[in-house]
Amino acid sequence: MDFVNQLQRKFIDYSSSLHREGIVDDQFTQLRKLEDENSPHFVMEVASLFFEDCEKLINNMAIALEQKQGVDFKQIDECIHQLKGSSSSIGAMRVKNACIAFRSFSDAQNREGCLRCLQQLSHEYSLLKNKLQTLFLLEQQIVAAGGSIPRVH
Amino acid sequence: MRTTEKIDGYDLSTSDTEEVHVLAVDDSLVDRKVIERLLRISSCKVTAVDSGRRALQYLGLDEEIQKKETNGFDGLKVDLIITDYCMPGMTGYELLKKVKESSAFREIPVVIMSSENVIARIDRCLEEGAEDFIVKPVKLSDVKRIIDYTTTELREGEQREGARARRRGINKRKQREGDDDLSSSPPSTLSSSTSSSPSSSIQSATAPLSPSTLDSPTRRLKMTSSE
Repeated sequence: MDFVNQLQRKFIDYSSSLHREGIVDDQFTQLRKLEDENSPHFVMEVASLFFEDCEKLINNMAIALEQKQGVDFKQIDECIHQLKGSSSSIGAMRVKNACIAFRSFSDAQNREGCLRCLQQLSHEYSLLKNKLQTLFLLEQQIVAAGGSIPRVH
Repeated sequence: MRTTEKIDGYDLSTSDTEEVHVLAVDDSLVDRKVIERLLRISSCKVTAVDSGRRALQYLGLDEEIQKKETNGFDGLKVDLIITDYCMPGMTGYELLKKVKESSAFREIPVVIMSSENVIARIDRCLEEGAEDFIVKPVKLSDVKRIIDYTTTELREGEQREGARARRRGINKRKQREGDDDLSSSPPSTLSSSTSSSPSSSIQSATAPLSPSTLDSPTRRLKMTSSE
């Protein structure tokens, strides 16, 4: 019982820290509110889709920026647009902001700037993924210990 | 569950939940998952597709592919379309136009979602007959509001098609040739409908739309979004 409480406390604290650090914003909280007994892992599921999306787009952009015969900035812009959209929908604030910064370099067709931005974006993505996976692990531990995940209301 | 056909135009039936059936259109998988959940939580039945083309196919408006009526197919009447604006191929705006050009489906309210809060874009969509415009990220309150007035419209609209046409005064393409005149309702009901709340949401969408009012309090335009 006490163990579950500890885990729940840990979960709440960790969750708060993600917000404080700007890793996630209010939209993440909004998605949390959509979880219930019927859909207890909704956020985790959306996050998984987002991770896949993100990795694919980052990869595509890396390849596009490599092209010796000339960078297709239109494609880069398209990728940024998609990533900005999905990061916004899931509440991944820092990833979203990295996309916004990236866009200005892409608009200016500045390859060097884009490469730097891509690096920054990858960094933010890794950070997000690690932190969310830690959070989801805590969730799973709580459930495994017979407890319920503290809900946002 | 709604009846699939309007065999009986006066089928106001069913204390059944009368679930609103929403066709959601978005090319982003993440966004589709989110909008699906938002709609389900709001007690809607959802069909989510990833393109305007597929949406038209589902409705049976695709010139090349005829919709198979009910066999093996959902076949449920669509009560509302929610679509993303920016999509490869057919944009949400183009989808909106196609729906509004169709005599069979133009009565279906279409809501546009967009991550870009551009007044000109919003105006254009509303002029083309969009019911509403939501700035992404979409929240539960956005969906609930839309479903609320869609449900109200559906209930009232089954009695008074004419009143709905009047309420869409902002739609410059309105000119319906009276082909959907079902009005057999008593005058008293007619008068109460004209003051119903759905119209206020359209007015509040158009009223503050000028460059100088970018700070409009209209929540739906997400002026206070976290971005």
